Amino acid sequence: MKLTVWTYEGPPHVGAMRVATAMKGLHYVLHAPQGDTYADLLFTMIERRDHRPPVSYTTFQARDLGSDTATLFKASCQDAYDRFKPEAIIVGASCTAELIQDDPGGLSSSMNLPVPVIPLELPSYQRKENFGASETFYEVCRALAKPCDRTPEVTCNILGPTALGFRHRDDVVELSSILESLGISVNVVAPLDATPEDIGNIPAAHFNVMLYPETCETACRWLEREFKQPFTKVVPIGVGATRDFIAEVKQIAGLPDTPVDESRLRLPWYSRSVDSTYLTGKRVFIFGDGTHAMAAARIAKDEMGFEVVGLGCYNREYARPVRALAKELGIEALISDDYLEVESTIEALQPEMILGTQMERHIGKRLGIPCAVISAPVHVQDFPARFSPQVGWEGANVIFDTWVHPLVMGLEEHLLHMFREDFEFHDDAGASHHGSHVPAAQHKREEAPTELLVKDGVTWLADAEKELRKIPFFVRGKARRNTEKFAADQGLDAISIETLYEAKAHYAR
Amino acid sequence: MNAFAPVAPPATGCGSAPVLKQRGQREVFCGLTSIVWLHRKIQDAFFLVVGSRTCAHLLQSAAGVMIFAEPRFGTAILEEKDLAGLADANEELDREVERLLARRPDIRQLFLVGSCPSEVIKLDLSRAAERLTQRFAPHTRVLNFTGSGIETTFTQGEDECLAAMVPVLPETDAEQLLMVGALPDVVEDQLTGMIEAMGVPVVRALPSRSADVEVGIGPNTKFIVAQPFLGATTGMLSGRGAQHIAAPFPFGEEGTTAWLRAVADAFNVSDEKFNEVTAAPRARARKAIAAHAERLAAKSVFFFPDSQLEIPLARFLTRECGMTAIEVGAPYIHRDLVGPDLDLLAEGPTISEGQDVDLQLDRCRAARPDLTVCGLGLANPLEAEGLATKWAIELVFTPVHGYEQAGDLAALFAKPLKRREGLAL
Ligand code: SF4
Ligand code: SF4
Repeated sequence: MKLTVWTYEGPPHVGAMRVATAMKGLHYVLHAPQGDTYADLLFTMIERRDHRPPVSYTTFQARDLGSDTATLFKASCQDAYDRFKPEAIIVGASCTAELIQDDPGGLSSSMNLPVPVIPLELPSYQRKENFGASETFYEVCRALAKPCDRTPEVTCNILGPTALGFRHRDDVVELSSILESLGISVNVVAPLDATPEDIGNIPAAHFNVMLYPETCETACRWLEREFKQPFTKVVPIGVGATRDFIAEVKQIAGLPDTPVDESRLRLPWYSRSVDSTYLTGKRVFIFGDGTHAMAAARIAKDEMGFEVVGLGCYNREYARPVRALAKELGIEALISDDYLEVESTIEALQPEMILGTQMERHIGKRLGIPCAVISAPVHVQDFPARFSPQVGWEGANVIFDTWVHPLVMGLEEHLLHMFREDFEFHDDAGASHHGSHVPAAQHKREEAPTELLVKDGVTWLADAEKELRKIPFFVRGKARRNTEKFAADQGLDAISIETLYEAKAHYAR
Repeated sequence: MNAFAPVAPPATGCGSAPVLKQRGQREVFCGLTSIVWLHRKIQDAFFLVVGSRTCAHLLQSAAGVMIFAEPRFGTAILEEKDLAGLADANEELDREVERLLARRPDIRQLFLVGSCPSEVIKLDLSRAAERLTQRFAPHTRVLNFTGSGIETTFTQGEDECLAAMVPVLPETDAEQLLMVGALPDVVEDQLTGMIEAMGVPVVRALPSRSADVEVGIGPNTKFIVAQPFLGATTGMLSGRGAQHIAAPFPFGEEGTTAWLRAVADAFNVSDEKFNEVTAAPRARARKAIAAHAERLAAKSVFFFPDSQLEIPLARFLTRECGMTAIEVGAPYIHRDLVGPDLDLLAEGPTISEGQDVDLQLDRCRAARPDLTVCGLGLANPLEAEGLATKWAIELVFTPVHGYEQAGDLAALFAKPLKRREGLAL
């Protein structure tokens, strides 16, 4: 038993729903109590889908238990087939149905429905949403992919995008255009918008693009074994990764190494231009699903000039590569799905910026640290009306804008330093383009230091603490940490104004 | 007082209308969802769901990631090893509770909330609650109730929670009125204020905002229910000798007046006094409703089952806003409670209980109502088909009871129509 307040991932059957809802012509019959129908709203509200997810829930009640839940399941299957006439059906159990052991797979196969029925075994008490999506997609491929001739020209499949995915819709568009610029056309995109028939045609492509390992690595590995289809390992998020991805594709497809059109890419110049100098060495904490967190770490370090002070993911399946990357960066990885643990890590690290999920955005709000969202779990804001991919050239441009937006910008940072006691520049004002100018009076009230700050045996003297408060909010965390560390290293037990400035000089770079 | 002559009840109401009962897929939340408002209302309580990742995910999705302060609810997620042996599960539960209470000394009432998985594996939360109460009394009282989807829908979670509180209420002989149902504080204060102004001796609310406010019960307690879904609680209160005051629910001017009138009659308040207290807010309510009723008049409305508020709301929309009801679906109909509202609702609409969502969608599409009141899972798909919708969940998250909120209530329904008129797309 584990006490959980907020979760990064839903149960595995929600992952299965993400696959079913992404596809067309596939229906999911889910043995589940009525309350589990809440999952529909994730798709209709967060993603603004204009159709109900193609899911029939059996909605068994207490009075059905022990008597006829199995009959109920079969009736739901039959109804679903009659009403929706799907090309294929997936069947499975939610956490409660798993306990009553009705065996949806066995029941449905005994019904001889005229379409393929694919049973899912998703252990609800061990695994989570990403596993559910991955396993479902794999089972769908296994059941429906047919041996077929390769297309005469070089084609590939884009695998991994699902419903409720972080920018999946736009990533597919951007990626397709990059592949097209290489002269490679897309055979099938799946699961997003694919029909069961399309899944059957997956083996016609020459190779697979593993766009999101979280949802398709199992399927990619199986397709490689079964149909000798190689798959790409680089996820093209960021400038370097996109270049590496293109190189990988050229190699798999046997294309000559001719230069590629990068004219749409703006990140490199934006990052080199002088206004971006202020980004140098910003201490960032990165957290998300493994794939997006690792991609973000590379962009942060190599393409934005940040210092990565923390890196982690919530999905254990990718703990190993995340740990390896963290080690390379000289930091320790945080592998956890405990929101409170993530929060306390951030609190201890005092980064200047968080690149995280919607959860970390809230942590950032609480701690006064700017945050940009880089990964699922998603929120209605992660489905913007405008085109905003993460992959490819345009993805890199979008990421530059998104990450810079929450920060106080170049010249403005200087102004804040110079006029730090100006009433407009008090802590709660934030970056002026965020329209969050809070009346200064509110700030003034909190001005007088009342209690001495004590941290790990080091005490902040009142004057020093007052001085600390004068330092603009976006560098104060760093100043405090550095000073405390300096004091501890020097064996001091109290911090005076003197100590503060000595520390500043010590850490000057 | 002619200006306030009540609208005559219909010649034939829906009290004896046949009820359509279909059995198919239901599309409603489970009772756990009630925690989303209960934990805001009872300020020193913590709601500990003993369930699965699905339960935690439901709560998070229903609450929206918006309320992000560390909330006073959480889920103890059952793991493989808990399923294997109940002895271990109990031990684990005790350990989690101990940790929680150590971290949150502000918690005076702890509710262990049952879920489908905890019920299917027969984890006995009432014994756990007894055991833990002995351990943590007097500082923290531990109670249990079910919010599981195999036993409860949506608002029934509140009913189960309040019903669980009744047996531990102390006995009192005092003559008093108990107002039952978790209302937003502002609404609760308005209603108690008016009732007190009428001269009713003692007015108490269940649930109270904190454990420090003692609420007793006994043979001289009369109680009135403010929410139509509190059937089990009503039964428990009657079982303790309190007397139920039946009334239409306090939605709109008419509903609020009838509800207050029932209280006034039970406490022998004079007509004069009653009018003195209610005249001004009644006038305000009528005026506020009129501002929106114009847009709603002669429009048709179709209710999917959601919160059990459907019948009283249909009464309000048809009688005070001039709408026509096509279908009024409720997940469950407590006749003892909604009888007076059913009598006031003119015959005509289909009254349905429970649902087969696909068949109900067929009926809705065929009827093409001007406004469909439904859950979040159905709203956008129906909008995409050209139907205007109102999310039912807003009705339980927004102050809508009483005179001062009557205009807001009408506005909630008028807004989707107004928006459609306003958009040139
Ligand atoms: S329906 Fe049951 S399993 Fe599903 S969220 Fe509600 S209590 Fe949990
Ligand atoms: S509006 Fe203010 S914060 Fe935004 S860019 Fe201009 S100076 Fe900077």
